Amino acid sequence: MPEPVILVERLVKRYGATVAVDGIGFAVERGVTAALLGGNGAGKTTTLAILLGLLLPTAGAVRVFGEDVLRHRYRVLPRMNFSSPYVDLPHRLTVRQNLSIYARLYGLPRRNERIAQLAADLQIEGLLDRPAGKLSAGQKTRVALAKALLNEPELLLLDEPTASLDPDSGDWARGYLEDYRARTGATILLASHNMAEVERLCSQVMMMKAGRIVDRGSPEDLIDRYGRTNLEEVFLAIARDRHAVLEPVS
Amino acid sequence: MIGRSISPAASQRAMRRAGEAPFSPARVWAMLLRYLYILKSSWPRTIELLYWPTLQMLIWGFMSQFLRSNSSYVAQAFGVFLAAVMLWDMLFRSQLGLSISFLEEMWSRNLGQLFVTPLRPYEWLLSLLAMSMIRVAIGMVPAMLLAIPLYHYSIFDMGLPLIAFLVVLMAMGWALGLAICGGILRHGMGAESLAWTVIFALAPLSCVYYPLTTLPGWLQPVAWCLPSTYVFEGMRAVLFERAFRTDFFLAALALDLVYIALGAATFFIAFRDARRRGALLQMGE
Repeated sequence: MPEPVILVERLVKRYGATVAVDGIGFAVERGVTAALLGGNGAGKTTTLAILLGLLLPTAGAVRVFGEDVLRHRYRVLPRMNFSSPYVDLPHRLTVRQNLSIYARLYGLPRRNERIAQLAADLQIEGLLDRPAGKLSAGQKTRVALAKALLNEPELLLLDEPTASLDPDSGDWARGYLEDYRARTGATILLASHNMAEVERLCSQVMMMKAGRIVDRGSPEDLIDRYGRTNLEEVFLAIARDRHAVLEPVS
Repeated sequence: MIGRSISPAASQRAMRRAGEAPFSPARVWAMLLRYLYILKSSWPRTIELLYWPTLQMLIWGFMSQFLRSNSSYVAQAFGVFLAAVMLWDMLFRSQLGLSISFLEEMWSRNLGQLFVTPLRPYEWLLSLLAMSMIRVAIGMVPAMLLAIPLYHYSIFDMGLPLIAFLVVLMAMGWALGLAICGGILRHGMGAESLAWTVIFALAPLSCVYYPLTTLPGWLQPVAWCLPSTYVFEGMRAVLFERAFRTDFFLAALALDLVYIALGAATFFIAFRDARRRGALLQMGE
């Protein structure tokens, strides 16, 4: 059986007395789109940051592509990428300059060709020579997605990928991600509190609350298990403690 | 909606190999290019680089002209103040050049993006050092050249000792810059003003415009702990005695090595601490 792309075991992150991630464990298989779902402060972004090596955990093990991320992150970073509304691109550089620099950092061959292809795919050709700081929220999201796809990652980590997008742009971005996964067989892990997005994109959901995974399964399983009609109702049930199953699921 | 892939397996393998390489000049160049784009994108910032060194040179040039006929000290070596102000600015600009490029990443909340790429922290530092040299050259060379027609004084007449002084001062500026960047990484943007202020605390002890003997006896050993003090004492030896003090140069270099090691240690410890605290993802304006 092939090793999962992501394997997290007994992961803990404490900031002093505050526990941000409390002993979680999960695995994501190749080609799967999975979601960490939870309210603010549930530990989703913290978990993503640990997977990327941006944050050191207090305890636990994290393996990506079979490599220990804490020891060998540079073996896996060329194969993954990331997008988040909490980070930005330098505002005074044009979109093309920004993408070109990241392409160089990834050691991308045929940079200009790759940027032109992504610009066409993501419909940002008209933005390439505009400063990144002059873009609208929707345009910034497309550019951030272009940056995240530059190295055609086998693992894509997305923190609230459609935050601040209007419904049309959000729908477009979700469609693009579906197509990307289908075309490349990439694994996608996203952190979100957009339930409709998760229902549409993900086949595996980890529900987080106060740093713990309190339930998991496919969106359909969770909806059935909680006797609800959609994932949002499941989320609310868990967030408001109206369901019995609130212990961490190992 | 999606075009055909142009990254075949061979490209992916090449990219993976490049990413795993512990050092890549291409990544250093990418970061340097980024800072050059930033500099190019704002002409007021380029003007600002030239503005203070030129202004300082003008003020001290006129002061020197006045003192030449009123002070035997300046009459012996007209360029003593001009050389001092230019060398001092060299030190300040090398530290500021490194710190400002570092702050550009903070201001644009970009650290989280950079450090999910294969970029190593030491490659980033090398690009900051290179950018510091470029900023110093842009700021200082015009002021140095302008002094020649204005005051008939060329700092380049110092010859090889000038290169020795520049090496020591640049290295000291980098050591300070590294420690300041470490401080900002540790304490956040609240410590940003360190980049503009710390160096001035060292000016009185560096004996930029007066000989070391001017300081009280108890303070002189402290002053000798700064590489810059050796440079300014050495500069006066060149200008007044036509002698290059090799002993000063070697002592300053040795101190530079110690301070660079301390500065780098401060930076890397702060960087690791930022990873522990999650600051790489959150740090910004």
